[in-house]
Amino acid sequence: MHMADALVSPAVGGTMWAVTAGLMAWCARKVKEARDDRLIPMMGVLGAFIFTAQMINFSIPVTGSSGHLGGGLILAVLLGPYAAFLVIASVLAVQSLFFADGGLLALGCNIFNLGFAPAFIAYPLLYTLVAGKDRTRARAWAAAMVAAIVGLQLGAFGVVLETKLSGISELPFRTFVLIMQPIHLAIGIVEGLVTAAVVAFVARARPEALALGVPRALTARSLRPVFIGLLVVAAILGGVASWFASTHPDGLEWAMAKVTGKEEVAGVEDGVHAKLAGVQAKTAFLPGYGFKKERDAGKPSGTDPESWPAVDAGTSVSGLVGGFLAFILAVIIGFALKTRMKVA
Amino acid sequence: MMSGGAANFLEVGRMDELARLDSPVHRLDARAQAITTIVFILVVMSFPRYAVSALMPLFVYPVALIAAGNLPVGVLLRKLAVAAPFALFVGIFNPLLDHHVVTRVGSFPVTGGWLSFFSIMVRFLLTVSAALILVSCTGINRLCAGMERMGMPRVFAIQILFLYRYFFVVGDEGLRMKRSVEIRCAGSRKLGFRVYGHLIGQLLLRAMDRAQRIYRAMVARGFDGEIRLMEPTRAGWREAVFVGGWTALFLATRIWNVADGLGGWLTRSGL
Repeated sequence: MHMADALVSPAVGGTMWAVTAGLMAWCARKVKEARDDRLIPMMGVLGAFIFTAQMINFSIPVTGSSGHLGGGLILAVLLGPYAAFLVIASVLAVQSLFFADGGLLALGCNIFNLGFAPAFIAYPLLYTLVAGKDRTRARAWAAAMVAAIVGLQLGAFGVVLETKLSGISELPFRTFVLIMQPIHLAIGIVEGLVTAAVVAFVARARPEALALGVPRALTARSLRPVFIGLLVVAAILGGVASWFASTHPDGLEWAMAKVTGKEEVAGVEDGVHAKLAGVQAKTAFLPGYGFKKERDAGKPSGTDPESWPAVDAGTSVSGLVGGFLAFILAVIIGFALKTRMKVA
Repeated sequence: MMSGGAANFLEVGRMDELARLDSPVHRLDARAQAITTIVFILVVMSFPRYAVSALMPLFVYPVALIAAGNLPVGVLLRKLAVAAPFALFVGIFNPLLDHHVVTRVGSFPVTGGWLSFFSIMVRFLLTVSAALILVSCTGINRLCAGMERMGMPRVFAIQILFLYRYFFVVGDEGLRMKRSVEIRCAGSRKLGFRVYGHLIGQLLLRAMDRAQRIYRAMVARGFDGEIRLMEPTRAGWREAVFVGGWTALFLATRIWNVADGLGGWLTRSGL
């Protein structure tokens, strides 16, 4: 599931961009260090392959729906984690730019959700472990299933966490988790089956292809990237969780527990968001940039409706009129600028 | 998870065609446009969650660029429509979950949920159109070269360029294979899992063969492991004015609520 910009706050988007950019720089160095010229065209063409494979669907019996290859896991199997992470990132970048599928601010989140889990957790920790050295057919199938399911569950949970921390969607944490995880269990099963089927086909049709094109340096199992990545995420989440704790001592439990009253959840959410807005104000490149927002977001709107500054028919009508007019004016000025820019 | 890929297949090429247009916007350095787009998206997303009318003045940016860049509105709108379901899906829960009335229009109560839902949709329109305009005005080659000069790893820039170039080749191959399967099934059966696995496996083998051939062709033409990107454009005063002017405008709309001021002035003088 690709996140859109409209649901990601600058703080969350920026943080995930920083994490992802770091991972990408590191993967790029690893690929460069491998010093294998064949890798460049191989990565590019496999990225194109993933794109194409996503356009071809097969029908899932009984359900009437259809499925296709996601691709993260098979890339890790073919290219090793580092090159696979870069290929996944490039696929997502092109999707966001050309298909409007996932936003630019959210691209960091999307690359992390869909790239980190399959390349640095599911493949090195689960796939290679379950598949074993001999890679019998049954083990290869089991490995693909387990790795795909776990990878997608982690990715989906990432989407939920990032959406929640952004504080733009009103969806309670629990509900969102209960929607996302089962959907992605189904998607994970499909992904596992497809990955296993394709790997099995290649293993039968041309066994040497599975070991082809991947330099040894990039397939070597190393847990360091996993630990570093997890450490970074843990540090970020830890930081966020502690902001949680500072406003509401039992905020996390509240969000996790059954949503009994909407007020409380709204309050918790505002707590997180206010804190993130605070951080954003501190990290903004211009002082006073997030000032207004902090003031607004700091108000616990759920618990105290009166505190909303504009419960007044007069001002809201003016807001409506003004908004509409501003839109019209923006369009007119936009067209006017056209002539200006043409002159320039 | 990508939806409706096949339907969009040819539109990808369309975007690159747009990037080859010649207009004042297209002549700008790609870095200037990339930076402005990022600033724009950050400013849009920094608005408080109930902001709707305050976001309206920001439409000036996409509209101005579409107009100045001679971009076809229809193509961009189609892409927006394809991408809309996710924002709709997550946003639509807001009106169902947030019931407290934050404001009234006449006697009609407006809940926070509806306000934040509209806010999400407006943000969606603004951010997605900005991203589409960025590609339509720069194109993948200039954009990648520009991003590389701003610090994106070269391996990654090259990866995107290769992916993009071979997308058309491998994509065509995949669609041909799919079509041939469909013809043999006489349209009566949908693609089953077994056939699908073989089809994708076969496509993968062909793609890998192609990568080998490309590599040999590159070596034959003197490839030494280093890819040189095209001659970069220079950034001058035009770029500085573009980035500076828009940034100032975005920040101004962020600090002062133009729409409210306008509405207040109008309703007060009107009533």
